[in-house]
Amino acid sequence: MPREGILVPNPYERITDEQVQQIHQASLQILVDPGLICFSKKAAEIFRGNGAEVTTTSSGDNPCWHIKIPEKLVKEALDSAPKTVKLGARNPDNALIMKGDEPRVYFISGSETNIWLDVDFPTYVKKSDNSVEIQVPEFHPRRATVADLCQSAHVCEHLETLDGYIRTVNIQDEDITEDNKDVNKFFASLNNTTKHFMSGLTKLEQLDNVVRMAELIAGGKEALKENPIISFITCLVKSPLQFVEDTTDTFIEVCQRGLPTVVSSSPQAGTTAPIKEAGIMAQINAEVLAGITLGQLVNKGTPLLYGSVPVRARMDTLGDSYGAVETSQYNIDCVQMARFYKIPNYSTSGVCDTKIPGQQASIERLFSDIVVTMSGPQYLHCAYGLLDGNAVFCLLQAVLDDAHFQMLKFFLRPARINQPELNEVLKQIKEVVATPQKLYIRYIRQVMRSGEISLPYPFEGDGESDSVFALAYQRMNELLAKPIEYIAPDTTAKIFQEIPGLLPRLNVYKEGK
Amino acid sequence: MTEDDIVARLKENVIQGRKTQQDEGIDEKLSGTPGVVELTRLALEKNIKPEEIINKALTVGMRVVGEKYSTKEYFIPDMLASAEAVGEAMDILKPLLEAANVETKGKFAIATLKGDTHDIGKNIVAILLKGAGYEVNDLGTDVPTEKIIEFIRKESPDYLGLSALLTTTMTEMGVVIEALKDGGLRDRVKVLIGGAAVSDEYAQEIGADAYCVDGFHAIKVLDSFQRAKSN
Repeated sequence: MPREGILVPNPYERITDEQVQQIHQASLQILVDPGLICFSKKAAEIFRGNGAEVTTTSSGDNPCWHIKIPEKLVKEALDSAPKTVKLGARNPDNALIMKGDEPRVYFISGSETNIWLDVDFPTYVKKSDNSVEIQVPEFHPRRATVADLCQSAHVCEHLETLDGYIRTVNIQDEDITEDNKDVNKFFASLNNTTKHFMSGLTKLEQLDNVVRMAELIAGGKEALKENPIISFITCLVKSPLQFVEDTTDTFIEVCQRGLPTVVSSSPQAGTTAPIKEAGIMAQINAEVLAGITLGQLVNKGTPLLYGSVPVRARMDTLGDSYGAVETSQYNIDCVQMARFYKIPNYSTSGVCDTKIPGQQASIERLFSDIVVTMSGPQYLHCAYGLLDGNAVFCLLQAVLDDAHFQMLKFFLRPARINQPELNEVLKQIKEVVATPQKLYIRYIRQVMRSGEISLPYPFEGDGESDSVFALAYQRMNELLAKPIEYIAPDTTAKIFQEIPGLLPRLNVYKEGK
Repeated sequence: MTEDDIVARLKENVIQGRKTQQDEGIDEKLSGTPGVVELTRLALEKNIKPEEIINKALTVGMRVVGEKYSTKEYFIPDMLASAEAVGEAMDILKPLLEAANVETKGKFAIATLKGDTHDIGKNIVAILLKGAGYEVNDLGTDVPTEKIIEFIRKESPDYLGLSALLTTTMTEMGVVIEALKDGGLRDRVKVLIGGAAVSDEYAQEIGADAYCVDGFHAIKVLDSFQRAKSN
C-alpha cells in the first residue's frame, strides 16, 4: 500500500478555466516566438530530428542553438507523458502514487542548502534579579557535512507527515569532491530513510553509479523500474527560456533510463521573468512544456513531473522572495496548469525569507503551506527545515514544520456529515437537553480517543511561558534517538564493493562502528 | 459475583467514567455491562456497607482517575465523567449515610449570579465537587441575591460558590457578600468566587474567602478548608 498523502477536497482554484487556456495559448506562442536558446547540442539535435525549427547561433564563444518548438510536438508530448507517476521507496509502504488529475498532496523536504544551522540553549540571568534565569535558543550556522545529511534523513524518516525526502544539504566535507559527491549523498540519504529519495545530480558521469546503487537496493534493474526508489530533479531550463548544457544533458540521460524526473523551472518575477502574473505564468509554463517535450522526445512515456518553483524578486535586493504572497499565487497557478495537462505537479511552499526559526519563519511558511496545499499539488516541496530562501537548513525547524503539517492534514480531512452521523447526534442532543447540566462532555471521550479530535499544538508550554523551541528541540532529540532501518548488510557490502568513491565511514557495518 | 468482584468492578467503572449500563466509557469491552449506578445498587443489595463502597471503590477509583489526569493519560472530560458517576453513586448512598449519621465532606451551594446565564463553568465545578464527595446544591443561573441569602439561612451550607463570566455581573458578588453580612450570615459560610471575569485580587477586594481558577482548584481549596476545620 502506498502512502496516503492527503486528498484535498474541492481544491482551491485561483485562475479560471479561461485563464488556464489563455496561459496555455500564450506559452505555445512563446515556444515558437521567441522560442528557446539551447546550449545543449544533444537537445538541439533531438529537437531538429523531430521537426522543430533549429538554427545554429552563438552566445559569446559558446555555440548554441535557437529552437522553435511547434505546437504539434508539445501536444504529442503532453499526450505521451504518463498521467500517473509512481515514486517508489525502500519500504514499499512509503511509495507515492501521483495522478495528474487527483489533488492528493504529498509533503516533501528539500532543497539543497550549503548551511546547516545548529541550535543550543544557553542560560541567561536577569541583570536586576539573579534568581531569574531563562534559556534562549541560539543558532549557529556552519557548512553542512555528510553526517548532517544522514541526520536529517534519519529525522525525516520519523517525521510523521513527511512523505518523501529531497536531500536537504550540500555535503561539503574535506574528502567530498565533485567526483564522489553524488554517490555519497545518495548513499547517505538512502541508508537513513526508507522513504522516497529525490536529488539533483552534481556530475553526469556519476549517474550510472547512483542508478546501479539504487538497483542493488531495490533488487535489480527490473525491480528498480517497478519500484523507483530514487528520482531526479533537473533545472534544465534557466529563465528566461534557455536550455542549460549540463543539466539538459543530465536530463536527457535520466529520461533515457526511464527514471522519474522533475522538469523544474524557477523564474524570478521582476528579473528573469516579467513581474506581472500573466507574464511569469506564460513563461514558466512555456519553460516546463519545453522540458516535458524534450523528455518525451528522448523516451516516449518516461515519467515526468511538472516542476514549478516560481518566485517573486525582493525589491530591496533583487534576491528571491519566497515569503512574498505572489510566490504562492504563482505556485497555485502552476498547480492548475499541471492539472490541466493531467501531469503530476511538483510545487513549492514553506520556503521563507527569514534566516532563523522564529515568528517570521512560522508566518511565512504556514501561510504558503496552507494556501498552496489547498490547491492540491501532488508533490509539494514544502521545504521542511529550510530557511533564508534556499540557503540554510535547520533540523529544529523541520520538527516545527511537522507540527504545522499535522494541523493541515487534519484540517483537510473530509467533513463527516451524513445521515447516520446526524441520526446519532440528534439522539444525543435530545438526551443532553433533558439533563440538568446540559453538557455534551460525556460524549467526547470515545471520539477523543478515536483520532477524530485534533491534538493540541505539541510544543505548547505551561502557563505563560513560550517553550516552543525547547520542546521542539526535545522532540528532535527523541527522533534522533529512534532506530534507523539501514540497508541490509549484504547489500551494503555489495554497494561498497561495486560503487567507487563511497566514504568508508558511511558503512555502518564496518568493523569498529 | 462476590463482594470483592462488585467492589473491583465498581472501582473500574469509576475509572472508566461509566455512570450507567448505557454509557460507552473508554474500554469497549465494558460496553453494555453494569455501570456505577447499577453496581452501587447491587453492592447495597449484597449488604456491602456504604462506607466500604465509598472507601474501597469510589475514592480509590477517583484517585486513579486523578493520577491518570496528572500524567496526561486522562483529560478533563474523563475526570468529569468519573466525577459525575461518583456523584450519582453518592446520591444513592446519601440517605443511608444520613441514617447512619455519617457526615459528608461538606455542603456546598453554587450559583451563577443575577444577570448572568452562563453556566458551563458552574456546572463543571458542581460535578467535580460532587464527585469529590461534597454535597452540592446547584441553585442555577441568573439567581437573585435574595434567593441565595434565603438558601443560606435555611440550609446552612458550609460553602457558597459564586460564578460570573461577565464583568457586568461580577459586581453582584460583592452585593451578595454585603447581604450576607447584613443578614448576620457571613461567619456561617465560606464564600468562593470563580469565573472568567474575576481574579484573586477581586476576591480580596470584595472580601471573599477564596478565588478558584477552576473546578480542580475548587476541590483543593475546599479540602484545605476542611482540613483546617478538623485541626
